[in-house]
Amino acid sequence: MERSRRSFLKILGISTLGLGTLSSVDLLAKAEMGKAAFAPDPQGMTGKRWALVVDVKKLDEETTQKAIEACHLIHNVPDYGDDEEIKWIWTDKYEHAFPGTEHAYLAEEIEEKPFLLLCNHCANPPCVRVCPTQATWQRGDGVVMMDQHRCIGCRYCMAACPFGARSFNWKDPRTTYFKDKEPPNPKYPTRTKGVVEKCNLCAERLAVGEMPACVEAVKDSKAIVFGDLEDPHSEVREVLHEHFAIRRKPELGTNPNVYYIV
Amino acid sequence: MYNKGLVITGIVIFVVFFTSPFLIGLVKSGPPPEPELTPKAKLAKQCVEAKEYMVESHMQMLNDWRNQAVREGKRIYVATDGKEYTVSLQNTCMDCHSNKSKFCDQCHNYAEVNPYCWECHIAPKEKL
Amino acid sequence: MLETALKGSKKYWILIGVLFGLHGMGATAFLYQLSKGLTVTGMSRDVSWGIYIAQFTFLVGVAASAVMVVLPYYLHNVKEFGKITILGEFLAVAAVNMCLMFILVDLGKPMRMLNVILHPTPNSILFWDMVVLNGYLFLNIIIGWMVLSAERKQVEPPKWVKPLIYLSIPWAVSIHTVTAFLYAGLPGRHFWLTAIMAARFLASAFAAGPALLILLCLIVRKVSKFDPGKEAIQKVANIVVYAMIISIFFVVLEIFTAFYSQIPGHMHGFVYTFVGLHGHGNLVPWTWAFAVMAVLATLMLLCPPLRKNEKTLAISCLLVFFSLWIEKGITLVITGFIPNPFDTITEYVPTLPEVAITVGVWATGFLILTILYKIAVSVKEEIAS
Repeated sequence: MERSRRSFLKILGISTLGLGTLSSVDLLAKAEMGKAAFAPDPQGMTGKRWALVVDVKKLDEETTQKAIEACHLIHNVPDYGDDEEIKWIWTDKYEHAFPGTEHAYLAEEIEEKPFLLLCNHCANPPCVRVCPTQATWQRGDGVVMMDQHRCIGCRYCMAACPFGARSFNWKDPRTTYFKDKEPPNPKYPTRTKGVVEKCNLCAERLAVGEMPACVEAVKDSKAIVFGDLEDPHSEVREVLHEHFAIRRKPELGTNPNVYYIV
Repeated sequence: MYNKGLVITGIVIFVVFFTSPFLIGLVKSGPPPEPELTPKAKLAKQCVEAKEYMVESHMQMLNDWRNQAVREGKRIYVATDGKEYTVSLQNTCMDCHSNKSKFCDQCHNYAEVNPYCWECHIAPKEKL
Repeated sequence: MLETALKGSKKYWILIGVLFGLHGMGATAFLYQLSKGLTVTGMSRDVSWGIYIAQFTFLVGVAASAVMVVLPYYLHNVKEFGKITILGEFLAVAAVNMCLMFILVDLGKPMRMLNVILHPTPNSILFWDMVVLNGYLFLNIIIGWMVLSAERKQVEPPKWVKPLIYLSIPWAVSIHTVTAFLYAGLPGRHFWLTAIMAARFLASAFAAGPALLILLCLIVRKVSKFDPGKEAIQKVANIVVYAMIISIFFVVLEIFTAFYSQIPGHMHGFVYTFVGLHGHGNLVPWTWAFAVMAVLATLMLLCPPLRKNEKTLAISCLLVFFSLWIEKGITLVITGFIPNPFDTITEYVPTLPEVAITVGVWATGFLILTILYKIAVSVKEEIAS
C-alpha cells in the first residue's frame, strides 16, 4: 500500500510540473510583437559622464530656493517637513555638507552659505553596488537611475549612500501629502509607499534635450553648470579648468560628479 | 478508508470552497464590461497597435514600454504600422484614453484585476 | 513524524495557544503596516533600518550556532553531542525562519520580494544573503528531518545526508559572514567599517546561540523524559564561555582603535552608545546593560562551581543571551546611522506597531521551535522506551 501511494504522489508531482512548464512556454510564445521597435529620442542629450558644477559664490537663499522648487515641483516631490522627509535637492551649511573639514575659524561667508546638496551621481556608486534587484543602476552616461517599478524597498541603498542623498516613501504621498491638493506636475508620476527615490538628473528632460530643472532655474546666474566631463570643450570642463573646486567626501572613492567652487 | 465520514466531508467542503468563485459567478454575474472610447480615441481610429492585440497583450506591452523607457532610455516606440509614439502610460495612453473609469476600469473591475499603475502614474482628472 | 506534534500535554497546548495568539497579534499589526506603510515604525530618513533588521542580524548568529554541536560531533566524534545535534539543527531552522520573516516585514514592497530571484545581482551582498539564508534553512530542515526519522526507524540515515551535513558546517559560517558583509562594506558608515565585523558576528553567535541551546536543553529535560545529558550541556557551556571572552575582546579591540587613533569618525559611534553625543543618548542605558551583563556572565561562566551548577548556569546563559541581543540586536545596527552623513543626530525609538510585529515574529519562531522540538523529543522518548 505504501509503495503505490508514494509512486502515485511522484507521478502527480511530475505531471503538475510538466503541465506547468507547458503553459508557461505557451505564455512566452504569445509575447512576440512583430516588427515593433524602440528608439531613443534623436533630440536627447548624449554624453559619457554628466556632471554638475555648483558655483558656491553665486548661491543665496533666493537662488537655492529657485533650484529646489523647480526640481520638487516638476517631480511631484512631497514636502513632509519631518524626519520622514523626501528631498531630491536641498541646502545645508558647510559643516554638514563637508563634515570633518570644518574648523573653528571658517570664513564667515562660507560658514553662512546655503550649499546645494543632491545625489552626486557618483562614477563609482556604492548604492548601485548594493542594490539586490538592480532597481538602481548606473547608465552609460553616468546618471545613477532609479526604477521604482522594481524597487522592493529594502533601503540597502540608503545605508550605502555616504551622502544621505536618498529618501524613502514611508507613507503613500497620494493619500497623505497630495490628499487635498493636486500633484503639481500632471505629466510626471508620483511615487507610492515603499520605494526609495532621489534626484534622477532629470533623465526624462535629458531624453528630450533639456537641461536638468535645477540648472535651468538658475541659468541666469549660472550658479549650477551642467555638462559632460568627458567632453574637453564642455562648459563644466571650462569652469573646472579655471576655478578650484572640491567634492564631498572624495576620500571614500565614490568619485562624485557634483563639484563645488568655493 | 479510515475516518471515511470525516474524509469525504472534508473533500466535499474543499471542492465547494475551491470552486466557489465560479459557482457564485453562475448565480450572480454583473453586466459585461463596456469600455467607452473618448472622442479623441475614436478619431484616432487605431490605438498604438491593433485593437485585438491591445486587448490581449496591453499588459505585456506596457511592461516592455516600462523597461525600454526607464531602463534602456528608449522613449520612442515605432509601431508595426510605422507610426511613432512617446513611450508613456501617463502622457500617451492616458492622453487618448483619458476616461479611466469608463474605459480602463470597465474590464479591470469585471475581471477583478487591480493593476497598481495608477498608484504612481497620475490618471487624468475626469468630469464625473 | 509530524503527528507527534499533534499529541501533547495541556501545558504544551497552552504554550502553542499563547504563541499562536502572539503570532496573530503580530500578523494584525503587520497588516496595519502594509496598509499605512512603514511610517508606522519609528524609522526615519536618517535611521532607515531599525529593530526589524537588528533582530535579523542577531538571529543570524543564533541560527549559525547549530554548527557548534554539529562540527564537534561529526568531525571530531564528540559523542556527548550525539543526542543534541537535532536540537541544534531545529533551533537553526526556527532562527533562520525568524531572520527571513524579519527581512520580509522590513521591506517597503514585500510583494516584490521575488525580484531578488528574478533579477539576480551577484554584486549585491543582499542577494548572497538571500542565497545563503535559504540554503541554510533547507539544509537544516532536510538534515534534521532525515536524521531524526532514520533514528526513529532505528536505521542509518541515507548516504546522501552525510555530505549535506559536512556542507552545513562552512555554510553556517557563511550565513553570518555574509550578513556581516552587509555592514562592513559600506563606505559611509564608519561605525560598521571594520575588518573584524564578521569575526565579531561569529564570536557573539557562538556565545548567544549555544547559550540559548543550553536553556532549551534544560527546559526539555524538565518537561519531557528526554535528557540531553549533563556532559553535553557542560561541553556547550565551555564553548559559550570561550566565545564570550573572544566577543568582549573584539569589542575592546574596536574601542582601542577608535580612541587611540582619536579619529572622530571612529569614535563617534562608541561615544554615542556609551555616554551620548551632542545631548543625544537614548541607547546609553542599553549599552551599559549589555556591558554589565556580558562581564557578569563571563565571570560566572569562568567560575567552575557556578558553571557546573545548572541553576547558576541557566542565569549565566540568560545574561549571555540578553547582553548579546542588546549588542547585536539593538546597539550595533541603530548606531551605524548615528551620526548621519551630515554629522547630525536623529535618534530612533521603535513604535508600538513595530514592537508588536517584532514580538509576533519572535513568537512565530518559537512556535516553529516548539513544534519541531516536540517532534524531536517525542521521537527520542519513543526510541528510549
